[in-house]
Amino acid sequence: MAVPAVFFALFFAYPVVAIVGRGLKADGAWQFGRVGEVLSRPDILDVLRFTTWQALASTALTLLIALPGAYVFARFDFPGKQLLRAVVTVPFVLPTVVVGTAFLALLGRGGFLDELWGIRLDTTVWAILLAHVFFNYAVVVRTVGGLWSQLDPRQEEAARVLGAGRLAAWRRVTLPALAPAVAAAALMVFLFTFTSFGIVQILGGPAYSTLEVEIYRQTAQLLDLPTAAVLTLVQFAAVGGVLALHAWTVRRRETVLKLVDPATTARPPRGAGQRALLGGVLLTVLLLILLPLGVLVERSLDTSGGYGLGFYRALQSAEASGSTFLVPPLDAIGNSLRYALVATLIALVIGGLAAAALTRRAGRLVRGFDALLMLPLGVSAVTVGFGFLITLDEPPLDLRTSWILVPLAQALVGVPFVVRTMLPVLRAVDERLREAAAVLGASPLRARREVDLPLVRRALLVAAGFAFAVSLGEFGATVFIARPDNPTLPVAVARLLGRSGELNYGQAMALSTLLMLVCAVSLLVLERIRTDRSGEF
Amino acid sequence: MNTTTKYAATALAAALGVTVLAGCGDSDDKASGGSGAGSKTVTLVSHDSFNASDAVLKAFTKETGYTVKVLKSGDAGAALNQEILTKGSPRGDVFFGADNTLLSRALDNGLFTPYAAKGLDRVAADTQLDAEKHRVTPVDTGDICVNYDKKYFADKKLDPPNSFDDLLKPAYKNLLVTENAATSSPGLGFLLGTVATHGENGYQDYWKKLKNNGVKVVEGWEQAYNEEFSGSAGGKKAKADRPLVVSYASSPPVEVLYADPQPTEAPTGVATGTCFRQIEFAGLLDGAKNEAGGKALLDFLISKRFQEDMPLNMFVNPVVKDAKLPELFTKFGATVDKPATVAPDDIAENREQWVRSWSSLVVK
Repeated sequence: MAVPAVFFALFFAYPVVAIVGRGLKADGAWQFGRVGEVLSRPDILDVLRFTTWQALASTALTLLIALPGAYVFARFDFPGKQLLRAVVTVPFVLPTVVVGTAFLALLGRGGFLDELWGIRLDTTVWAILLAHVFFNYAVVVRTVGGLWSQLDPRQEEAARVLGAGRLAAWRRVTLPALAPAVAAAALMVFLFTFTSFGIVQILGGPAYSTLEVEIYRQTAQLLDLPTAAVLTLVQFAAVGGVLALHAWTVRRRETVLKLVDPATTARPPRGAGQRALLGGVLLTVLLLILLPLGVLVERSLDTSGGYGLGFYRALQSAEASGSTFLVPPLDAIGNSLRYALVATLIALVIGGLAAAALTRRAGRLVRGFDALLMLPLGVSAVTVGFGFLITLDEPPLDLRTSWILVPLAQALVGVPFVVRTMLPVLRAVDERLREAAAVLGASPLRARREVDLPLVRRALLVAAGFAFAVSLGEFGATVFIARPDNPTLPVAVARLLGRSGELNYGQAMALSTLLMLVCAVSLLVLERIRTDRSGEF
Repeated sequence: MNTTTKYAATALAAALGVTVLAGCGDSDDKASGGSGAGSKTVTLVSHDSFNASDAVLKAFTKETGYTVKVLKSGDAGAALNQEILTKGSPRGDVFFGADNTLLSRALDNGLFTPYAAKGLDRVAADTQLDAEKHRVTPVDTGDICVNYDKKYFADKKLDPPNSFDDLLKPAYKNLLVTENAATSSPGLGFLLGTVATHGENGYQDYWKKLKNNGVKVVEGWEQAYNEEFSGSAGGKKAKADRPLVVSYASSPPVEVLYADPQPTEAPTGVATGTCFRQIEFAGLLDGAKNEAGGKALLDFLISKRFQEDMPLNMFVNPVVKDAKLPELFTKFGATVDKPATVAPDDIAENREQWVRSWSSLVVK
C-alpha cells in the first residue's frame, strides 16, 4: 500500500492541493468565504443543475441500452464477437474533438437521421446524451459482461429445476451476483458523464456547461483561479459522495462467487427470442457505434480527386503537413504507443499493488484509500495539468519538461480502471480455495499464486487493456504537458483540426482513423491473449 | 524468495525505476540542452500555432550558435496562463503569443524583463503597444474577419456582406456562425470588433439585432470552420449550411495551399469591413536562465528572414516594413485597410465585463 500511497500523494494530491491553494489563498490565509460567494452566483448554480441532470440521464440511458449488450456479449457465441467487442471499446479512447465531429455528421443537418426522417439533434441535449452512450457503452459491456460471462449458468438452471420461474431465477440468483458489477459500471458512467468535458463543450456549444467545462473555462481561459478552485472542491465533494455511496453498496452486496471459464458459459443463440435479442443488440451497435466511426473513415478517404489514400500518404512526411509538425504526423503513432505502454506499466504496478492491499486488509482507513484511488477520475485534467506545472518544478522532482510527465498523467487515469477491474474479481475469490490449498500444505503466498493468480490473470489483462486504451486517448492533461517534438495522436489530431484547408482536415480524419485502428488492434490482441490462456482455468 | 514476493519486489523496482529514470532523463536534458547559464540552447515557449521552417531555425543557430527548442502548450490563452502560473521559474527563456486582447494580463503579472530588440525601428509603429517600456516586442499581425463561401453567394446571385451593419440585413438571416467570445480568440476578436465600431454603449444593441438575425454561436474555431461553414473543405464534407463564418483574413490562402490539386481561385472570400486586428507579441521571460540567448532570439524574431518565413508557417502578416509577403498571400489573401481596433487599456479594463454581458445576451 505504501507505493501507491506515495505515488498518489506526489503526483495527484500535492499538485491538486497546490493549484486549489493558489485560488483560495490570499496573502497566506485561506479564503473560505469565496466558496459561498461563488456558489451563490446564478450562472454557477445553473452549471451545477445541468451537470447533475445530464449525468443522471446519461447513466440511465447508457444502462438501458448497454445492459442487453452486456448479456449478449457474455452469454452468446456468434461470429465476429471478439472483433465486435474490441470495436465497441474504441469510442472510449477517441479524442472528443473527433467524436464531436462524427456525431455532428450523424445527428446534424444532412446527417443520417435528417435524411431518413428529417430529425436533427445537433442543437439539443439529445446529442450529448447519445454521445455519452457511445462513449460509455464499453464500460457497461466490459464491467458487467466480464463478470456475467464468468458466472456459472448452472446456478440459475439449478434454481429453475427447483421450480423458480425464469424471471425469479434471474432475480434471485444472477442479479445479486451481478449487482456489484452493475453498480460499479453505473458509478463509472456517472463519474465520466458528471465530469464530461469535450463532448459537452462541442455538442453542448456555449449554452450548456458542466462543472468540468466551467473549471476549464475559469482556469485556462479566464485565469479566475478562485472560482476554479471552488468548483474543483464542489466536484471533489460530489465525486467523493458518489464514491462513498458506491463503496457502501458494494460492501453490502458483496458475495463470494463461483467463477468459471467464460468459454463454457457462452453458446450460440437458440430460438426466436434469443436471436431477436442478438439482432437488436447488433443493430444498436451498428447505429450507435459503427456508424459514427464509419463517418470518420469515409471522410478520411474522401479526397477532392475521389476516394483514395491521399491523406494517409500525406501523413508520412513533415513537409506535406506544411510544417505543422517538425516530424511526420505518422510518428505520433509511435509516440502514443510508447507513452501508453509506460503509462500502462505504471498503472498496473500501482493499481495492482493497491488492489492486492485492499483485498488483504479491511477497516476504515483502507476503505478510505479505496475511494481515494478513484478520485483522479473525478478531478479535471486541467486542474491536474496546471497542478503538475506549478509543483513539479524543483529538483529532485523537476519534471516539467520531462517526457515522463505524460505517462504519469495518463497512469493517474489508468490506475482507477486497474483497481476497479481487479478488485471485484480478487474479492470474489472463494476463501475456501485458499484454505484448501493451505490444508494441502501450501504457504499463504503459494496459495495466492496458485489460486488467485490464475483466476485474476484475465482481469489483469482486461485492466491492462483499459489502462492502455485510456492512455492512448487521454487528451485533457496530455495537451498541456506533451512536448511538441513528441505529439501524441490525439494532440496531433487537434493540431491538424486547428488549421484550415482540405489537406489538414483530411489528415486529421486519417489520423483519427489510424488511432481508431491502433486501439481496435491493441484491444483485439488482448482478447486473443486472454482466450489462449483461458484453458489454464 | 518465493514468487509472489518476487512479483511485488519487481513491481516496486519497476515503479521506482520509472521515477528514477524520469529524474535521469531530466538531468540529461539539463546537461545537454537545458537553458542553463552559458547554455547553447534557447527555449521558446508558445502556443500550438507557432511554426517556423527548419531552414530558418538553422540559420539562427548558424548566426548565433544557439539552438532553438520550442515548447508549445495549448491555445494562446492557455499557453499564456501557464506562463503566469509558473512566473519566476519559467520553463523557457522567451514567450511568444501574447496578443493585444490579453496583453494587459501578461504585463500586469510582470511576466517579462524589458529588452529593446535590435531592429525595432523597422517595425510598424502602430503595432508597438509597449513602446516606452519594451517589455514586449510585436512579431506579427493577423485580422479576424468574417469569411464567406463564394459559391453560395454566386449561386444565390447575392452580394456577400462587407460590414458589421451588413450582417444585420434580412438577406443574411441565419447565415453567420461565430465562436464563443468567452473561450475562443476569434470569437473574442469579433466581439471587440463590434465594440470598436458600435461603441461601448451600442455593442449590446448590435448583438441583440444580430441574434434576432439568426447568428449561431458554437464553442470553438475548429467547429465553426470545419463543421458549420459551407465554404471550407471540412464544411463541404460535413454538408455545412452556414456560408458566413468568423475566421481570419488569411484563411482563403490556406484553403488554396492545402488543397490538392490547388485551385486557381480561393473558394472563400473575406468581408474586409468586418475585421479586428490582432497583434502578437514576444517577450523575454522574467527569470529566464539563458537571457543572452533569449535576447538574440527576440532580435531574430523581427529579422527580415524570420518575418518573411512566418506568413506561410503561421498564416499571419509580418510587422517589419521591408518584409515581402509571399505570392500566395498577395494573390489569394485580402488586404484589410481599416481594421477595427480597441485601445489596449480599454480592453484590459473592460474585457471581462464585455464578455460577461455578451454571454448573458447572446448565449443564455
